Amino acid sequence: MPTAIAKVGKAAKLSPDAKRKAWVARSLILPALIFGIVLTQIPFLTTIGYSLFTWNLMYPDDIHFAGIDNFVNVFTMGELVPSIIATVLITTSAVVLSLLLGLFFAILLDRKFFGQGIARTLMITPFLVMPAAASLIWKYSMFDTNIGILNWLNSVFGLPVISWSTDLPLLTVIIVLTWQYTPFMMLILLAGLQSQSREVLEAASVDGSGIFRTFQWITLPHLRQYIEIATLLGTIMLLQVFDPIAIMTKGTGDTKTLAYLLYERAFIGLDVGEAAAYGVVTVILTMITATIALRTVFKVFMAGGAR
Amino acid sequence: MRKIRKSLASLFTWVLVLAFFFPVLWMFINSFKTEQLASTIPPSFIFEPTLKEFGIAMDRGMADYLVHSLVASVSSTLLVLLLAFPAAYALSIRPIKNVQDALAFFISTRFMPAAASILPLYMIFKTLGVLDNVGALSLVYAAMNLPIAVWMMRSFLSEVPVELVEASQIDGANLRVEMSRVVLPIVMPGIAAVALICFIFSWNEYFLANLLTSFDAGTTPPFLGSFVDGRGLFLGSLSAAATIAALPVIIAGWLAQKQLVRGLAMGAIK
Repeated sequence: MPTAIAKVGKAAKLSPDAKRKAWVARSLILPALIFGIVLTQIPFLTTIGYSLFTWNLMYPDDIHFAGIDNFVNVFTMGELVPSIIATVLITTSAVVLSLLLGLFFAILLDRKFFGQGIARTLMITPFLVMPAAASLIWKYSMFDTNIGILNWLNSVFGLPVISWSTDLPLLTVIIVLTWQYTPFMMLILLAGLQSQSREVLEAASVDGSGIFRTFQWITLPHLRQYIEIATLLGTIMLLQVFDPIAIMTKGTGDTKTLAYLLYERAFIGLDVGEAAAYGVVTVILTMITATIALRTVFKVFMAGGAR
Repeated sequence: MRKIRKSLASLFTWVLVLAFFFPVLWMFINSFKTEQLASTIPPSFIFEPTLKEFGIAMDRGMADYLVHSLVASVSSTLLVLLLAFPAAYALSIRPIKNVQDALAFFISTRFMPAAASILPLYMIFKTLGVLDNVGALSLVYAAMNLPIAVWMMRSFLSEVPVELVEASQIDGANLRVEMSRVVLPIVMPGIAAVALICFIFSWNEYFLANLLTSFDAGTTPPFLGSFVDGRGLFLGSLSAAATIAALPVIIAGWLAQKQLVRGLAMGAIK
């Protein structure tokens, strides 16, 4: 890819034909760029503007410039830090757990066995189920104290009844997210396992390398790139997660993530200015995470996606 | 001995897979029960199935929400394809000067939380009178899916043999012919994958739909979110509604597993 860019770069200075070609290429990408800028970048700049105003929808006649007042509120009201902790805790636990479970299932499903295709099809289903539906089904048919399957299993095995929703809200959110994202991780890792060279694996087994040694020294290094992609994409999606929190816990019990906090300030508290300030802080925090992650993504994607 | 160990391993795998799939199966089973039966412990697995709860879910106006979901998902997906195909073209087959910058821009908009832009969008839509409008929701969904679509599409396009494109150029094909007659047919499976992913993300989206729509354009996820109203037993009808809502994407995903894998990895995995 760098050579292609260099070619275009050099040619653009040379001939009018190349200039015309460069113009054609630019005109192809322009609609998408403009669309993206109008619907994401301009609103973001407007959010920064909103964050500098005192503006509550309850008092539409009293909108005035507030300077950094909203940010002072955000940092002193004591909701920001717990919310960052909740976001990090939920994202990290769900990513790590679904990655480990995903790897486990990928290894199981990589072997030939009866009904392999059907098993794989069933395994990917949780990722396809509408998150709102998944959250509701888990809340009312799995976690429910009286009619939930989990407590019924507990009673069958003589274990004490657990009130999941009231005592362990954070865990219920993490469980549902892990359940939904395990298939996603599994699919990527399974693709990684299946792209291993059979000859190398056979050579290893002929050389008398045991299953675990082969896994540690051959499979795991080979999977590294796939694990990186899975982690990165999982993190991007899970950082913004909203559905199970809005549906299952409504932010109670240490589950008030940044996305939910902003929603609450804006659409329940109707405080546009302060919600915008939360939005700006969220973006800054995400950008810090993303800059670190973007370096990885470019290394990974450029290596995998170049001609 | 080896054979026994192998079949034990298969059995073990199947038990775990079924346990993992169980919540979906349970939703499906419960949707065919009466309210009373769905809320009975110990749970019953063998019973006389009824479609009654599906009827109750539909009676609550679910059809309208399904139609809104369908319109928003299909139209946003079409719009994304129209924007992303040429854009990806300019990032692979006829590269612009700053390919890396453009790609970084697209992926950074995906990193940016919806929180960053939702307030102004809400205000603008309100001012323009398009709050609770399916068209406006489709535009937002298109913006949401555009980055992934561009990335995926670029990876599919960069697999088109250079010789083929060059040959068509030598034959005097203009850009439109080159794009539509030469390249498009080759990357059709890729485009199907992109379309599927965009459809899934739009169909399942809850946050934006919840804020930007209510009655006239409300989609299925917020409908489900407000389904439980605290009156009496509801697990049967809730399971029926959730089954109807989840089924289109489940079936689409089952049918297109291969494309799904590539698509989900944004084309990074072949």
